Amino acid sequence: MSAPVLQAEALTRHYRVGRGLFRETATVRAVAEASFALHAGRTLAVVGESGCGKSTLARMVTLIEAPTAGELKIDGTDVTAADDATRKRLRQEVQIVFQDPYGSLNPRKKVGTIIEEPLAINTKMSRAERADAARTMMARVGLRPEHYDRYPHMFSGGQRQRIAVARALMLKPRILVADEPVSALDVSIQAQILNLLMDLQDEFQLAYLFISHDLSVVRHIADDVMVMYLGRAVEHGGHAALFERPAHPYTRALLASTPTVDPTRRRERIRLEGELPSPLDPPPGCAFHRRCPHATELCARERPELRPFDGRAVACHHAETVG
Amino acid sequence: MAEVLRRLARDRLALFGLGVIVAMTLATVLAPVIAPYPPNEQFFDGLTLEGAPLPPNPRFWLGTDLLGRDLLSRLIFGAQTSMIIGVAANGAAVLIGTLLGVAAGYAGGWAGAAIMRFTDLMMAFPALLLAIVLAAIFTPSLWIVALVIAMVNWVQIARVVYTQTRSLAEREFIEACYSLGATWPRILFRHIVPHLLPTVLVWGTLGIATTVLLEATLSYLGIGVRPPTPSWGNIIFENQTYFATAPWLVFIPGAAILLLALSFNLLGDALRDILDPTQRGRA
Repeated sequence: MSAPVLQAEALTRHYRVGRGLFRETATVRAVAEASFALHAGRTLAVVGESGCGKSTLARMVTLIEAPTAGELKIDGTDVTAADDATRKRLRQEVQIVFQDPYGSLNPRKKVGTIIEEPLAINTKMSRAERADAARTMMARVGLRPEHYDRYPHMFSGGQRQRIAVARALMLKPRILVADEPVSALDVSIQAQILNLLMDLQDEFQLAYLFISHDLSVVRHIADDVMVMYLGRAVEHGGHAALFERPAHPYTRALLASTPTVDPTRRRERIRLEGELPSPLDPPPGCAFHRRCPHATELCARERPELRPFDGRAVACHHAETVG
Repeated sequence: MAEVLRRLARDRLALFGLGVIVAMTLATVLAPVIAPYPPNEQFFDGLTLEGAPLPPNPRFWLGTDLLGRDLLSRLIFGAQTSMIIGVAANGAAVLIGTLLGVAAGYAGGWAGAAIMRFTDLMMAFPALLLAIVLAAIFTPSLWIVALVIAMVNWVQIARVVYTQTRSLAEREFIEACYSLGATWPRILFRHIVPHLLPTVLVWGTLGIATTVLLEATLSYLGIGVRPPTPSWGNIIFENQTYFATAPWLVFIPGAAILLLALSFNLLGDALRDILDPTQRGRA
């Protein structure tokens, strides 16, 4: 495989939260030691429940937020150590499509202005050149030319997401982060947007970091999958390995909870007890042990590291016996 | 711009407001020409034999005040004071409040906290006391009164604008700007400030009435506009003891204040709607 366009090494983000005037501040480990690589034309999906650190990861990769520790290399250059000019150049390589197309477009700007803004900020193109580029991109994502002068509130969710995708692609990025890009849309519209994203990936050889909690969407679009739980990757591997032979009890529980329309597929219900623990106060040992049907005394004591197992990486003491 | 004017022309209430504002501004400028009498002239026939003010009559259209001066002339000359206070003082208050509110909301951190604690302090401080102190330091004049009012009235706007800025800064389209590498002036002036416009317009126009009334209060306490210079506020207060026998002396200037405030409100409301693209039809 070619060299990765983006590589994350032990990417970590902590937040300090005040808990009141006279109490000590607490540290939330939103993302801990996430490592992965993105390749041109391939999709890495990050899945997990709300609060598992998926969105924080997206914000770090798009340079909206700086990591607390770890390395983020775009084209082999470490962004965390880069100077402003380099960072400005590298930032153009990574763009993002947000979850909520109602919130991510400025309601007071015309569609044309919104799509041209990346060029206005980052290039010296003239107004006419920008308008040309915007119209070309609009046609590419399935918007009509007359939409150029309209405002976002005049569009449906699916069309708005097309506008957001057009904006993200204006700078010809090589990496596109999609933070739950279809979960705010009607199911009937979801497929259209997913197909658009897949067509664009083929056309521009984009590397996708696709964040989702919906495994049926991920099954459709992902090449590789990383499952996160409470800020840490618990399983990370190829599409086939994860979906056909999930090794981590959490992955198995997630898969078992996805509805399926195939009656021949064996359904094994795994009920998870309890809720996602507070990231302010993570349990000792394996973060999942209190909800895990296979937990032993070892799990409560010692945190399992990611280790190679059956063609993927998994963070579980008992991967051998679980499957 | 042409679009804004065209939409404004279709809004009758806004046109009415604009008309009143233009008329009052003209009255301010042309006061010496259009006023029937000098504002401070006391007429021998301006009082009844018992010394009471005259009701409206063909010679004094709006009647006379307790000193036998022509009320209409005083109102026309008083418009000057009230418009200056209402527009200049209130405009300054809106400007200061908006600038500080946006700066505190967007900067955040200790700088934002410092500005907002200062705002809280000003809010807790009695406005009249501050006005009295300032009036004691400077000789009261129209501009000092305007300054005092501006220094008292900016706090509410600062609070409201601060809160709005904070919530806007969290919106996803602002985050999208960061991922595009937008600089802070661009984010602030292209994306945040336009969204504050409706709030500022509404508060700004509501503030006109408050301001004119505050000027009246200050005049009443003797630290506002000095008599005999007329202002709508001090006309009311000079004549309030005659309320029972000569109610027009209170109602007419009161109606003038109401009309001015209402006109600015109508115009401000219309502008807010016209300048908001999300009010336009769907595709």
